[in-house]
Amino acid sequence: MTYILKLEAVEKIFTTSERVLHILKDINLKIEPGTANAIVGPSGSGKTTLLGLCAGLDQVTSGKIILNGTDLKTQSEDQLAQLRNANTGFIFQNFQLIPTLTALENVMVPLELNRQKNARNTAVDLLEKVGLKDRLDHYPVQLSGGEQQRVSIARAFANKPSILFADEPTGNLDAETSEKIVNLLFELNKESGTTLVMVTHDLDLARRCQRIIQIKGGQITSDLPVHHHE
Amino acid sequence: MNNTGYIWQWAARMAWRDCRRNLGRLTLFTVSIVLGISGLVAINSLNDNIGTNINEQAAALLGADLEISNGREPEASVLQLIDSLPGKKASELSCASMVLFPKNSGTRLVQVRALEGDFPFYGQLETIPVDAAREFRSGDRLALVDQTLLIQYDAQPGDSVKVGELTFKIAGKLTGAPGQSGITASVAPVVYIGKEYFEATGLQQKGSRINYHYYFQFETQEQTTSVTEKIEPVMEAASMRLRTVETQKKDTGRFFDDLTRFMSLVGFVALLLGCIGVASSVQLYIKEKFTSIAVLRCLGATGNQAFLIYLIQIAGIGFIGSAIGVITAMALQQLLPVILKDLVPVTITTSLSYLAVINGLLTGTVVAVLFGLLPLLSIRKIAPLHVISHSFSPPDHQSGRLITLLVYGLISLFIFFYAWLQLKNGITALAFTAAVIVIFVVLWAVATLLMRLIKRYFPFHWQYLTRQGLANLYRPQNQTVILIIAIGLSTTLLGLLITVRTQLLNSISLSTAGDRPNMVLFDIQTPQLDSLQQLAVLESMPVIQTVPIINIRLEQHNQLTFQSLLTDSTSQRRIRNMFSREYRVTYRDSLSDAEKITDGKWVGNYQTGNGLPPVSVEKGFAERNEWKLGDTLVFNVQGRKMETVVASLREVNWGSMQTNFVVIFPNGLLENAPKFHVILTKVESEAQSAAFQQKVVKAFPNISIVDLGLVMNVVSTITEKVGTAIRFMAGFSILTGFIVLISSVLISKYQRIKESVLLRTLGATRRQVLFITMVEYLFLGLIAALVGILLALGAGWAIITFSFKTAFQPDFVPLILLLVIIPALTVLIGVVNTRSILNRSPLEILRQEG
Repeated sequence: MTYILKLEAVEKIFTTSERVLHILKDINLKIEPGTANAIVGPSGSGKTTLLGLCAGLDQVTSGKIILNGTDLKTQSEDQLAQLRNANTGFIFQNFQLIPTLTALENVMVPLELNRQKNARNTAVDLLEKVGLKDRLDHYPVQLSGGEQQRVSIARAFANKPSILFADEPTGNLDAETSEKIVNLLFELNKESGTTLVMVTHDLDLARRCQRIIQIKGGQITSDLPVHHHE
Repeated sequence: MNNTGYIWQWAARMAWRDCRRNLGRLTLFTVSIVLGISGLVAINSLNDNIGTNINEQAAALLGADLEISNGREPEASVLQLIDSLPGKKASELSCASMVLFPKNSGTRLVQVRALEGDFPFYGQLETIPVDAAREFRSGDRLALVDQTLLIQYDAQPGDSVKVGELTFKIAGKLTGAPGQSGITASVAPVVYIGKEYFEATGLQQKGSRINYHYYFQFETQEQTTSVTEKIEPVMEAASMRLRTVETQKKDTGRFFDDLTRFMSLVGFVALLLGCIGVASSVQLYIKEKFTSIAVLRCLGATGNQAFLIYLIQIAGIGFIGSAIGVITAMALQQLLPVILKDLVPVTITTSLSYLAVINGLLTGTVVAVLFGLLPLLSIRKIAPLHVISHSFSPPDHQSGRLITLLVYGLISLFIFFYAWLQLKNGITALAFTAAVIVIFVVLWAVATLLMRLIKRYFPFHWQYLTRQGLANLYRPQNQTVILIIAIGLSTTLLGLLITVRTQLLNSISLSTAGDRPNMVLFDIQTPQLDSLQQLAVLESMPVIQTVPIINIRLEQHNQLTFQSLLTDSTSQRRIRNMFSREYRVTYRDSLSDAEKITDGKWVGNYQTGNGLPPVSVEKGFAERNEWKLGDTLVFNVQGRKMETVVASLREVNWGSMQTNFVVIFPNGLLENAPKFHVILTKVESEAQSAAFQQKVVKAFPNISIVDLGLVMNVVSTITEKVGTAIRFMAGFSILTGFIVLISSVLISKYQRIKESVLLRTLGATRRQVLFITMVEYLFLGLIAALVGILLALGAGWAIITFSFKTAFQPDFVPLILLLVIIPALTVLIGVVNTRSILNRSPLEILRQEG
């Protein structure tokens, strides 16, 4: 069986001037392509750090992470950037759109970085898909929270990533908007067959995934499939 | 398109997208560049213009193709040669003399020029009425009088002026003459008369210093060259001075080089301050962009790609800022000639020099990139992880250290290179660069030490608000270092300008204080001495000193003679001048209080039979001419040869207001030589001075009087005018320093916003938050200003001691004022900035900062 993401004995330690913080201890994890996975756990349990490591945003202290067949530890910072651009998508709790770019330009960034032709048309199509056809030239401050997260979703899917990382995607939204955003996210995910790795506090949201990985004190305490009754 | 090309294109596109909506964020950055560049381009453009103007107007500066001159009447053979030269001729006798305006008995030392012929051949004597320049040569007893004199003595064309024994009718007021500027006119105002009347004025007496000038206009440039080359050896042997348009260009250019070079340097310091402005505003800008950059990195941009976006942005805006600076310079161009017009003998045009424009655009862009580079380089280290968590992992400083050092090296190199370009002297540029580095290092060290000391000896028992303000100085992400450097450097510059200016003025006024003489009478013939002394006593004026002066020449130094030098083409002009110059010497038995023996032994009296007569020589002159203790000097004392030996070397304070000499003889040698005298006296008031001068001029028309009160006025006018020019340039530095201050304070404002809001949320009143801010900025401003003033005193001491060679006696009053104003200004800017936060609700800001 091939895995899109494989973690072997991953450890993460932060050393400050006062003390040594053991954030993640002996994490072993295998994620199958096309699946939706939730990482849950209390605040400070290390779930966001784990997400960052999986996405190649940071390096492990020890152990190994293999993303799409590439050992992240062997990659230089520039190679990791390329890897992120070609293989991953990101959705953040506070949307993280670049405030000086319009909605359209925000979606165009990963496409242009990937030297894609017709970046503009692709971005317009994506924004149309997330229901923001009329908001192309709006700047982030001119958009509501829900709209900003839609732009963020469109941007995440721009390069047809093989894996999508989402960090509390509904954390900054009201219940009604959250529902819409989650539906959109799962819809697009299903449609494009992307693997989803999502960090969340929201157990209802986690239950919509196929697998829930619970993490506590930097260790995986449970890793269970979710049975959906359709 | 290849990958690199694509990345550059993409980065440029992103740079544009990113900054088009928030250009305002870079206002401070742009203003720093604009101010620095506009001053620099304006001054460089002015430099180029003065150069061009001098070239274009050089012939009018001299008024002729060739001028032959000397301080004594040429020998018959030389006169014969002068007469035989081709071309149009004119001649002039000139000397310093008193004139008297009979209308109101006003007297004044002037430069009398007795003219024959159509001089000037180029340019003209500008007069009101215009005809006067021609009319005064008509043979009638007419004079042209400088306009400043007419204003000073309330005289008009048509009134009369007495020159020596003769009274002339004033034909017109002189407003301009070849080579004359507003300043030269006020230092030595000119009175033109016809040469045929000179003898009758009685100014030509034994010992009088008359200058003989012969002017020529030739058919062609070639003729000028061939004539000059032909007569040069003979004229040199006869100690005659030759001046051509070319030599005049060089002389005039050299003087203005000094002035404009100094102004360029002040302009360059403004640019340097602008550079700090650039560095701090870019740092502020990048701080604001931190999250956007982390997002870009998350989306797959490499560190270098993100860096490239902002590098292009900064370079682009730097270029635009420089362009605005150049446009501002065009406006300044119109102002500078107005400020400098009295100092410059040529008409200054105001065309913008293309070289200065290109230089400005290039410099602005390079400065923007170079000084923006340090904060820009940090972009490469912004981790994508910052988007999801402000991680604990410290940024990797190690790998960046080498690049940082490299950037500092480049910055030092830039300062040196640019200073060298402005000063055109490697050693001075090196000294300047070293001084800038020293000032930076001292300010940095003081700031660092300050933080450590406060942290170590923190006054825990102080009340909370003061403690909080003080703690702000050393807490994480404080701006103490940058603020102290910015404020300190501005203060140093300002303090230095003040120190040097007041020192120069004070040294003059001090020299006439107390019992020191403030009036000098010279050209006194021996028979006139007694009656003049009696006149002084009658006027209740003390004769403080009577100094005999003898004009002599040097014939031989050890084995070296003028004749032996003439056959040696390699000999330096300096050495030749040693023989061709006239030495004005005196004799006395003691040293004055402005003199100090540094080498050898002072001999005050000489008795025949005691070996060679001993003389004392000024140390600097001896060094320049390679005269040593024990050397023999053979002087020609008005026809009689006298062999002497250098018995002592003296240090002389030339700045002291008394008669100082290069060579001094002991008593017992020159008493019977033909001589004239100088009397030093003191007047108590302007009225007494005027009354005495009138009596002297009436009784002894050949005697010249220098009223030091008048000299002081003139020096004060000159320093005022030069000072205006310098202050104008310094204004840029101060304005830029102000911008740096604002941008540095703004950086700290962003640091303090959250904290101030939290304090208010916790119940602190607006007044309490303001007080905390005031304490912080007061302390910063005070320390920076104090260190800046100390540095200014150090630099001022170096300049006064080594450049002006006088004792350093600074005036502390303006410096203390500076010590009050600078911290007050710092507090004001800090408080104004904080008020903008305090006027908004805490919730509004907390939401924004979210």
